[in-house]
Order: sequence, then C-alpha cells, then structure tokens
Amino acid sequence: MHELAITQSMIDIVLEQAEKAGAERVETIKLSVGELSGYVEESVQFYFDFLVKGTLAEGATLSFTSVPAQARCRNCARVFKLKEFDWSCPDCGQDSIEITAGKELFVESIEVE
Amino acid sequence: MEIKVLKNILSANDEIAERNHALLDKNNVFAVNIMASPGAGKTSLILETIRRLKDRIRIGVIEGDITSSVDAETVGKEGVPVVQINTGGGCHLDANMIQNALGNMTLEDIELLLIENVGNLVCPAEFTIGDHKKVLISSTPEGHDKPFKYPLMFHTVDVVLLNKVDLMPYLDFDPEIFSQAVKGINEKVEVFPISCTSGQGIEQWLSWLLAQMNNR
Repeated sequence: MHELAITQSMIDIVLEQAEKAGAERVETIKLSVGELSGYVEESVQFYFDFLVKGTLAEGATLSFTSVPAQARCRNCARVFKLKEFDWSCPDCGQDSIEITAGKELFVESIEVE
Repeated sequence: MEIKVLKNILSANDEIAERNHALLDKNNVFAVNIMASPGAGKTSLILETIRRLKDRIRIGVIEGDITSSVDAETVGKEGVPVVQINTGGGCHLDANMIQNALGNMTLEDIELLLIENVGNLVCPAEFTIGDHKKVLISSTPEGHDKPFKYPLMFHTVDVVLLNKVDLMPYLDFDPEIFSQAVKGINEKVEVFPISCTSGQGIEQWLSWLLAQMNNR
C-alpha cells in the first residue's frame, strides 16, 4: 500500500551505488521481497517507471525474487512454510511460531554499464 | 558489471527513527505508537488515557491522519499539547514525519507521548518511527481472525488491546481463538480486553503503560 515511498527509497539506494561505481546506466535491479511485506510488484513497477525518468536508472529492468513466509515451531523447532489462516506445525500440531523469513525488503544487487 | 548491494530499502527510514528515539531519550519522553484499523478506537483510547493520567503525568499527542484535524481538535480540548500530521494520502506515519512533529513540540514539557498512527494494519507495521512501545488496538467487530490476516502487525507489537468487549454478546467473536492466535505469533505480547465505552480493562492498560515507563 505504500509502494511510492518504498520505490523512491529503492531508487535512492540504486542511484547512490551506481554513481559510486561510476556507471553510465543501470540495466537491472534485483530485489528480494518477502511475502509478508505485502508489496505489489505491478505497483512498484508503475512508480518506478515514473520516478526514474531522467536518471541513470531510466529503462532499467526490475527483477523481483519473492521470499516465502517461513516459521519455526516454538515447540519442536521444525521450520515450515507458513500457510494462511493456519499456524499449526506440520509435525507436532502446536500453533506457536516464530517468523523466520518473509519480512525481507532488500536491494540484492544491480547490473550496471 | 554486477554490484552487490544487499541494502534494506527501509534503512533510510530506520536511521531517522533511531535519531528520533535518541532525541526522545535525551528529553526523557516515553513514546507509544498506537496502531489499529480505522474505527477500532485509537482516539477513544487516547482520550481515556489522557483523562485518567493527566493529573499525574505530562502528556503530549501526535495525531496522524490522512486528512483533517478533527482528532487533534478533540484531543486538544483535554488541554494537552497536540501536533497534527496530515499524511496527504500516505497510509502510515514514517520516521521523517515524526522528526518534523517532534521539532514542533516542547519535549521538556512532556513525559508521555502518545502517537496515533494512521488507521491501517499493513503499512504502520513496517515503518519504524522511534517509539519505545508499540500498541495495537483490535476491536471485537473486526472479527477474531485478524491476527491471521495481518501477521506482521500482530508480530510487531508489545501489547494488544482488544477493544469494544462490551459488544461481544452481539457478535460472533471468539476471544479464545483470538488470544491463541495472537500468542501464537507473538509469544511475549500482552493481551488486555478493554472497552473505552464502559471503562472495562482501562486500569489494567494504564498499569501496564506506567510499568513500562518506569522500567524503561
């Protein structure tokens, strides 16, 4: 729901890195987005195309890697993929969990020229 | 050429939040971030809290809303300093907005800062603002399945206030399922059933709040 702010922050990071490397153009931006973070790729893309006009990143391709939501059972320590509306452990059936993955929101790497 | 970046996109916000936190600490202000969906009772809780505590401690309020200053005017009538933030469509408060708001307050005159976030269970969970404790109000008409729908929010907070418990007889709300789901995703969280209308549970909330202030 807040893709505009996120996209701007992402572009700031990308441009800072690209300028530091003396790049002329950013070709690809690889992003890791956790399932729980709730970002809509289409929406990020929409703002991106608009915000990068006239910068080194104009025309760059966004590549999204979705990180599945994962949890660890507090009872038996089994790590499992989190399902919607159900937190029960597939092994012991307890429903007390610790989130271990799915909150990510990272710029992984950029490809520059 | 590939450049490894590995940088959290929210890091710029987090850095400002850390500065806010340090500024609050320097002035001995205890800040509470109050989050909930629209209509869950954020303003009602703030009003109840002010009415019962204002003779004992000095309170300030930051009101976050997409638009309008209705809440700030209501809270201002209680005689406490209020700063209104209008996010202009933004679905959450961010660290930068809080930084600006803190610059408009006399922090030496405040011991407890109540920050009313924008009504939303998604975005406020992700944007740190520099608070000391995070409060979530969930109200019975919203249903007992809210923790499953917004796991990140329920996972992030320090206390959950289940508001409008006086309406429970009229609703299909199962407090057992709710509490178990909340504890399931957040082992350390406290859950207090309250009603801002009847006053039920408000004293327990205030005891918790004052204990957190004393133990900071």
